Amino acid sequence: MKRKLTCIECPIGCQLEIDVEGGHIISLTGNKCEKGPAYARQEIAAPMRVLSSTVLARGLELKMVPVRTSRPIPKAKLLEAMTEIKKIRLDRPVKVGDIIAKAFLGLDADLIASREVSRA
Amino acid sequence: MTRDSRLVTRDLVIVGGGPAGMAAAVAAHEAGVNDILLLERDQYLGGILNQCIHPGFGLQRFKANLTGPEYADRFIKKIEEIRDIEVSLRSFVVSLTKDKIITYLKPGKLEEIKAKALIMATGCRERTREMIHTAGTRPAGIYTAGLAQKMINIEGLLPGLEIVVIGSGDIGLIMARRLTLEGAKVKAVIELQKESRGLVRNVVLCLTDFSIPLYLHHRVARIYGRDRVEKVLVENLETHETFELACDTVLVSAGLIPENELLEMAGVSDVSKITSPDIFVCGNSYKIYDLADSVTRDSEKTGQAAAEYLRRS
Repeated sequence: MKRKLTCIECPIGCQLEIDVEGGHIISLTGNKCEKGPAYARQEIAAPMRVLSSTVLARGLELKMVPVRTSRPIPKAKLLEAMTEIKKIRLDRPVKVGDIIAKAFLGLDADLIASREVSRA
Repeated sequence: MTRDSRLVTRDLVIVGGGPAGMAAAVAAHEAGVNDILLLERDQYLGGILNQCIHPGFGLQRFKANLTGPEYADRFIKKIEEIRDIEVSLRSFVVSLTKDKIITYLKPGKLEEIKAKALIMATGCRERTREMIHTAGTRPAGIYTAGLAQKMINIEGLLPGLEIVVIGSGDIGLIMARRLTLEGAKVKAVIELQKESRGLVRNVVLCLTDFSIPLYLHHRVARIYGRDRVEKVLVENLETHETFELACDTVLVSAGLIPENELLEMAGVSDVSKITSPDIFVCGNSYKIYDLADSVTRDSEKTGQAAAEYLRRS
């Protein structure tokens, strides 16, 4: 089955044309770099996305602290992840990359701070 | 004694501590300038990057997929290490003369200084609903996409629950996803042109992923609502057929305009035709960029050019 995909690995956004049979890609064209095939394979098997959001802070200089997943998580879990993120109250200063929630949702990814925040 | 000779003179003054100003400051220092004053009106460096919490930054520059605040952090850390760069936060420049006399307000003070060389990195403004001539009433609930971004990501406020986005600029696309993740319903993105204005990657990540309809070659012909936005009228520009979308909020993502009010004050009417060898402009105040990485790359050249000017003068 022929399918079109837009590669999201970089701002170029290559238009990939793939031929999928039995869940396997048998041909792929349109990619300008080696990231294309890997992206297409993952996207066919189980789409993954980096999730970024904010958590509510307590006693810190900012009201909202930006966070993201340390690596892509299943696209199907994005809304569940948002529900968990909304429950978090951050009351300790953090630096960029500090872990807010380890093995977030039991996944192979942590929720990390993406901005340095000190106490109020 | 003239007014000028009483003033403290700094070798290089940079107005704006966003990606452009920070890159220019670091590059100018690396090229030998050892007296740099970086003026930033906010209480933090980073500029618009601080509210751009989504990933996609740094792929070219750092070969890493960073969020805006992470991208900013790398430059903030670098600037903190450089003693020759004085960062003045909460410093709002109110006037600029063609002799490069800069007047700025900071808490409790009105400062006046003179610059040997000046780099303007004042960013841009969003096009508003008025600028795109959208008919209708003027109820509450109409925001530019970037303002909505600031409300959610910095202030922790949700601008509305049922959203229509006018224009498919990158910030509008990013906000369609952000609002959806925060529990709002994004009814549609309405784009005048026949293709999206934003990066194709953002169309996939922000609209397709969440099944948000993108109406190309359509326009919002009218906004309805008395106190609050109630609905919009959407027109197909091909067939001229119309339909209504109920919503409580309209976001406008219809492009950005370089911000050069201070340079205009100093007599510059076109930033691409500056004749003074000691005044430089970089980042979105020079031209609108798609990517922060490109702003960094070009602004470093601006910093080097300012250093070169100071070396020769």
